[in-house]
This record gives sequence, structure tokens and C-alpha cells, in this order.
Amino acid sequence: MRTRQDGTSVAPGSAATALIDCDVHSTVPRVEALFPYLPPHWIEHVNQSVFKGAGTTYYPPRAPITARPGSIPPDGPAGSSLDLLREQVLDPLGVEIAVVNCLYAIDSLHNPEAAVAFARAVNDWQIAEWLERDTRLRASIVVPSQLPELAAQEIARVGDHPGFVQVLLPVRSQHPYGSRLFRPMWEAIAEHHLVAGIHFGGAPGNPPFPSGWPSYYFEEYAGMAQVFQSQLASIISEGVFDLFPTARIALLESGFTWLPAFMWRFDKEWRNLRRLVPWVKRAPSEYIREYVRLTIQPLDAPAEWRDMERTIEQIGGDHMLLFATDYPHLHTHDPLDTLLPHLPDALAQRIRSENARELYGLV
Amino acid sequence: MARHVVGRVEEIPPGGRKIITVAGRSIGIFNVHGEFFALRNRCPHQGGPLCEGLLWGMLHARVPGELEYTRAGEILTCAWHGWEFDIRTGQSWCDPERLRVRRYDVHVEPGDTLAADTPVPGKVPGPYIAETYPVVAEGQYLVIEVTS
Amino acid sequence: MATTLERTTRQARTKPAIIDCDIHNELDSERDLYPFLSDRWRTHLMTYGMHGPSGAIYPRFTNRRADAFPPSGREAGSECAFTSVQLLDEWNIACGILNPLTGAGSQLNPEFDAALATAVNDWQVAEWLDKEPRLRASIILPFEHADLAVAEIERRARDPRFVQVQFTGRPREPMGRRKYWPIYEACATHGLAVMSHAFGSGGQPITGCGWPSFYIEDHVGPSQSMQANLISLVVEGVFERFPTLRVVSAENGFAWVPSLMWRLDNTFDLLRDETPHLTRRPSEYIRDHVWFCTQPVEEPHRPEDLRWLMEQVGIDHLIFASDYAHWDWDAPDTAIPARLGDDVRRKIYYDNALALYGDRLMG
Ligand code: FES
Repeated sequence: MRTRQDGTSVAPGSAATALIDCDVHSTVPRVEALFPYLPPHWIEHVNQSVFKGAGTTYYPPRAPITARPGSIPPDGPAGSSLDLLREQVLDPLGVEIAVVNCLYAIDSLHNPEAAVAFARAVNDWQIAEWLERDTRLRASIVVPSQLPELAAQEIARVGDHPGFVQVLLPVRSQHPYGSRLFRPMWEAIAEHHLVAGIHFGGAPGNPPFPSGWPSYYFEEYAGMAQVFQSQLASIISEGVFDLFPTARIALLESGFTWLPAFMWRFDKEWRNLRRLVPWVKRAPSEYIREYVRLTIQPLDAPAEWRDMERTIEQIGGDHMLLFATDYPHLHTHDPLDTLLPHLPDALAQRIRSENARELYGLV
Repeated sequence: MARHVVGRVEEIPPGGRKIITVAGRSIGIFNVHGEFFALRNRCPHQGGPLCEGLLWGMLHARVPGELEYTRAGEILTCAWHGWEFDIRTGQSWCDPERLRVRRYDVHVEPGDTLAADTPVPGKVPGPYIAETYPVVAEGQYLVIEVTS
Repeated sequence: MATTLERTTRQARTKPAIIDCDIHNELDSERDLYPFLSDRWRTHLMTYGMHGPSGAIYPRFTNRRADAFPPSGREAGSECAFTSVQLLDEWNIACGILNPLTGAGSQLNPEFDAALATAVNDWQVAEWLDKEPRLRASIILPFEHADLAVAEIERRARDPRFVQVQFTGRPREPMGRRKYWPIYEACATHGLAVMSHAFGSGGQPITGCGWPSFYIEDHVGPSQSMQANLISLVVEGVFERFPTLRVVSAENGFAWVPSLMWRLDNTFDLLRDETPHLTRRPSEYIRDHVWFCTQPVEEPHRPEDLRWLMEQVGIDHLIFASDYAHWDWDAPDTAIPARLGDDVRRKIYYDNALALYGDRLMG
């Protein structure tokens, strides 16, 4: 039996094929869990002041979207227990490899010393508490992305650990990641053969909409897709892939049905305006298809399946999508039910594992 | 292939252009640093008046920020959406193989040859629709070749 | 530069009549407004100049259609008589809606913003609407200040040549926020549509991830900002509160509409308890309340996807707009491809706008 994301059970499919889950989450249960990895002055600071570290997530604390049924362990928040991850995802789905993304909000720490100290602590905690405890796990390096030089130093510090396959960048940021400010960070990412994993959320302090702050979390969630679009526009327009041709990007929890419309618009603008960015030598959609991959959760599914089929055709190529459960988060659809069984076998197999294997160099 | 006299050389000084109608087609003739070029005045995109656009240099960059500026005045951007065309070849920058605009050869010929040639079939002195050019022996004239 | 121009005249008037929903009437300079400002505000304009949020300058190679400058040497789009000939006569435009993009609406000084908006509207009446019976106009508002904006609406509402009010694409708050509700109430009362025109900056970064570097990003951006605005209008319940309100999206394209509706509906299934004021699925509000100007027309990679896309958006809610005399305008005869058929073209070029604006357009 396997468990759906909403907690109900379903009989396992007949073909037991490999599955790589490109987005599961680990949550720092409480700030004390980081103490073994923090320098003494920060422990003292936390113990003796109101500062208790950064937020642990970009999600409303107790909404179902943050914690699917059964995912909250007795002694911490959803995502804080490796045992539950094994029990709810790795074992029942037969996951071969899962990439763990810790959404500890380093980007909200404007104090650079705090940002560096907590990023280091979270990464060391990921190594000890997750990577070393289950060989099926890989992880993303958490960095002070608001301070690209310091992010580069952290990447250099842990980037050669075989468990780290990616650098985690919250999609909301103070500056778009294509900006020249970020060159040291991209250099480090390229040098260590890591993927840049741009993930839903972020706490940079500036508004998520071009017109300021919305009132409801609903809006922030729905509107996050546009922030991914702006990041892609930046990264391609600024020539990140022209400078770092080995760089690869995974868009995590981004949705993907918006991609065709975005590529059409961007290609059109490039034909009109490419003189402004002459290093961009091909249509933006060609860069996207070569360098960018997207996870399939959330699905943002249309009412009619044939429109989803057409959207996948428009994205172009079998190589673009990556399977992800986004555990312990809950979305509207479980792609194991609503997407994969309806796709041609070859494409489904690529999404289940092969695309991720290529992207992350997993063997 | 008919040859059309489309103007006197001094009508289009360097940096200048003239748009004429020949054999029912609108065509732009440009003087770029003393060389003459002619392109069809209709953009393959949405049909805009390509030859009313601006002339620029070529901008290249191998990597971001390292701009190379060459070929001043040889890149024509469409008057509407700015697609770039190479004035020498009529090829678009974005899709040079598939998207190009018709180009025509422009010759500079002395009036005495043209006047002498007038009765010869296949050589047609003067544009037919826009203007007429009385060809006199002393002048230098622009002649383009257009398939009827 | 020596240039001899010979106007390339398009064929005959046998072409069907068109309604053009986005024509730009430009100021040649601020001086055009002097006759319409009181001594106090004329002096202010001359002394202090316009002053909005600063810091959003993107060099671009192009601004206006290169062939749209009147022989007088004034700014393209700044002479009613020239616009009549080059646009309305040339393309058989039976009726066109003016959208002046001036500093009005973004001045930091509220009283000056209101005086400027009033002056722009008086200028539109005197220099455009009174001179050319085929033109209609948008009411320019000091929209960041609802009380002043409502006063301007009351001043104009009885002139049927004003068909809607104008917002920029990136106001200071998302369009659904409460501060704008009195404006929507006045619009609903007077049967005026609310139009959001691409671009602008309310002072915050123009993307959800900070300031991009290049005009090409600014120019890809309207599709993201308009999605944010629509998310806000729908989710904050504006259409629940003002059930007759009609919203028009101008110069934002439309390829993004289907995937936005899918994402919003999926989010609604997940997070509806946060917004109990919503009684319908988000896509239903969009289908009933929102119209999309076609420009800049979408150019899908596979041309046959255009028809599918238009059906997804709703062929009855697409309205043609040329964006004359801006560089990125759409030519009326070639923008909507002939292969879509006369039926579709007639709706987009004429019938839909007539149904949307009704008597104010043709009364
Ligand atoms: S018509 Fe020439 S670029 Fe569009």
C-alpha cells in the first residue's frame, strides 16, 4: 500500500520503477537543535535575548498546505522527523533518492554574522541529522543568498560534501539572481558542480508583488509563480548561462503550466530588444530548455486533461520535468495519481527518475 | 530583370536614404559611408515599413558586459518593433536563415551611358511611379535591378 | 540625415471597421498642460516639476514607432490630426480609446497629483475628444488617493466619451486592496470600466524579487504584474463586493491567463478557508469580469496554439488594441492572423469591445 499526500491509501502500481523525489523538506525543530553547530556567542545570544534564530519556514504555521495529515511528529513541526519522512514517503513510495530542502529563512537575517553562523549551523545539522542517517538522502546547501560573497564562502566550505547536490535559493529575493551582484555565488555554484535550486518562498523583506504586499496568503501562494518568471527573465537576460555554461537550475515548487506562455513572451521580447543584451545569443526558450528544469508539484492542473497534455507538449521535450512530493506540504493534486499514470510510459519514467538523475548527476 | 534609374547620386548623401516605389514595390535606398544599399520596405514580421527605421552599429558580446561595437550604420531596425536586419544581406539578426528581407543591387552609373542605353530593351530609365528622372549626360545616377 | 519619405498607403477602405482599445495620446511636453492648470499648480509644475517615486530608468533603443512622428516635429502621438490620418483613417478605426501615459497618478504630492489628473482630462477633452468624434478616453485619476480620485470620476462621469478609468500596471498596493474600493464603487455606480495599463512603478521594485537590470525584463514584466493585480482583485473579493464591475487589462498580453486561472482554482481548493468571502471559483470571476486587450499579440511557438489559447482565455473577452504610436504596437490587419476566421476576428476587432463598453462607446 502507499499513502497519498492526503493520508488515504492506495494499492501500489504494477510497474515498480525507480522514483527520485526532488523536493522533500527538513525542518529545524527548534533553535536548540542547531546549538551543536553554532559558535558559543550565538548560543549565548539566543539564550539571553529575544532573538531565537530565523523563521523555520515560509508557510503559514498550521495550515494544511504546511503539514499534510499525519506529518506532524509529537515533538516538533512537520518535516522535522526523519522517521516520519521514511514512513510517509521514502519507504511506501520506494524512493530511491530524495533531495532534502531545508527552508530555514537565512535570507531574513539581515545581520551578516547571524546569517553566516546560522547557514553554517543548518548545513552541519543537515549533514549530521539527515545525510549521515539515510543513504537515500541528498541535500541542498543553505546560504546567505542576500550576501553573495558570503554565500560563495559557504558553498566553498561544504560544496564538496558528496551529499550536497544543490544550492537552495528562495525565489523571493532582494535582487534578482541574474544581477551582477551574484557573480561570486554563481562562480562557486559552477565550480562545485552544484545545481541552483530556486524554491518557492523567501523572506527578503521586499514585497512579493510588483505592486506591494497582498492581504492574504492565498495571493502570495498563487502569485509566487510570477516571481519565478521574473527570476528566469533576470538569469537569462543577464547572461548567467553564457558566463557559466555548466550551471543548471531547478525550479522547485514553482508550478510549470505557466512556462509556455512565459517562453512565448520572452522570445518575442528578445526578438525586439535583444540589442540590449547582446550576450543572449539564442531565443530565451532555448536557454530554458537547455538549462532549466521544473518540479511537478504543485500541478496547477487545468480542469480538462487534454489541456494539460497540450501544455506539456508546449513546454517541449521529455527532459524538463522532475518528480517531487514536496513532503510534508500539501497541494491540490498528488501527481502520482493525477499526472504520471496518464502520461506515456517513456515520459513518465523520465519524470519519475531519469531527468533528476541527469540533472543532479546521481548514480 | 529590369534596371531602374531611381535618382541622382547626390540626392542621398552618406547617412541618408530615399524610399521609392519601383515596379509596384516600396524600396528603401541607403547611403552608408558612401556605399549604396537597397532593401524592400516591408518587414517580414507584421509588414511594417522597415526602411523607415533607424540605422545602428552591430552590438556583439561574448559574455555579459563586454560589448563589441562594429559596423556603424549597417544594422537597420524596423520602424515598428525594432527587429534588426543587416543592410548588406537583408538577413535578420534573430533568424538569418529563414527571416530575411529582399535586397537589391544598386549601381552608380554615369548619365551618358544611361542616356545612350535608353532604347535598349531591358534597361528602363527612370522610376515609373514615384518620380521621373530626366537623365542628362553629366550626372551620376543610381540604378537598381528589380525582377518584374 | 537626408530622408525622402513616400507614404506607403494601405489598400482601400473595404476593410471591416475596428474598435481600437488602446491608443496613446502624448504630451509633446509638460507645457501642453499649462492652459489646463490653475496658476497655483502651473507655478508648482514650473518650479518643482513632476516628482514621483524615482529610480526606475531603463535605457532602451526605441520608444515610438519610428514612422509616427508628425511633420511638425512634435512627439509621435501628440497631434490629434496626425493620429486621425495615420491611425484612424488608415485602418478604418471606427472608434478608439485614448490612454495618455503622463505623470498624473504617480505624483507624490497628492493635491498636485489630483490637479495634474484634472488637467490631463481637460486636455483630452479640448485637444482630442472635441476634435475627433471617433475618439473616446480613459479618465486619468490620482488613484493612490481614493477621495481625490472619486472626485475626479464625479467630474467626468456625465461625459459619455469617457469609458473607463486608468490605473498603471504597478500601483503602490495590489489592485484588490481596500484603499482602492471607493474608486471601484464610483466606477460601478457610473458604469465605467477599470483599466490597468502595463508598466509604471509605485515605488517598490517592479518584480517580486527586486529591481531587474534591463528594459527587456521591464518589458517582459507586465504579464507578471497584471497577474499579481488580478490575483489581488479576485482574492480580495472586489468582484463579490462590486458585482457589476468590469476590469480591462491593457498591454499585458494574454497567454498567461489560462495557467493563472488553473493555478488560482487549484489554490482555491487548497486555501479557500482563508477567504470565505469568495463564493465562486476564481476563474469564474475572471471569465465574467475581466477583458484582455490583445496587444502585444501572443506568438506561440506553434502557430496553431493561438486559437487554443484564445479559446482558453475566452474569445468573447479579447479586445483588439493597437497601442499606437508606441514601438511595440500591433498592426490592425496583421496582429490577429487571418487564419482564425472572420467570426473570431469580428468579435476581437469589434463586437467584444462594443459589448464591453456599450453606450459610452457608440452612444
Ligand atoms: S513589423 Fe517589423 S519588426 Fe515587427
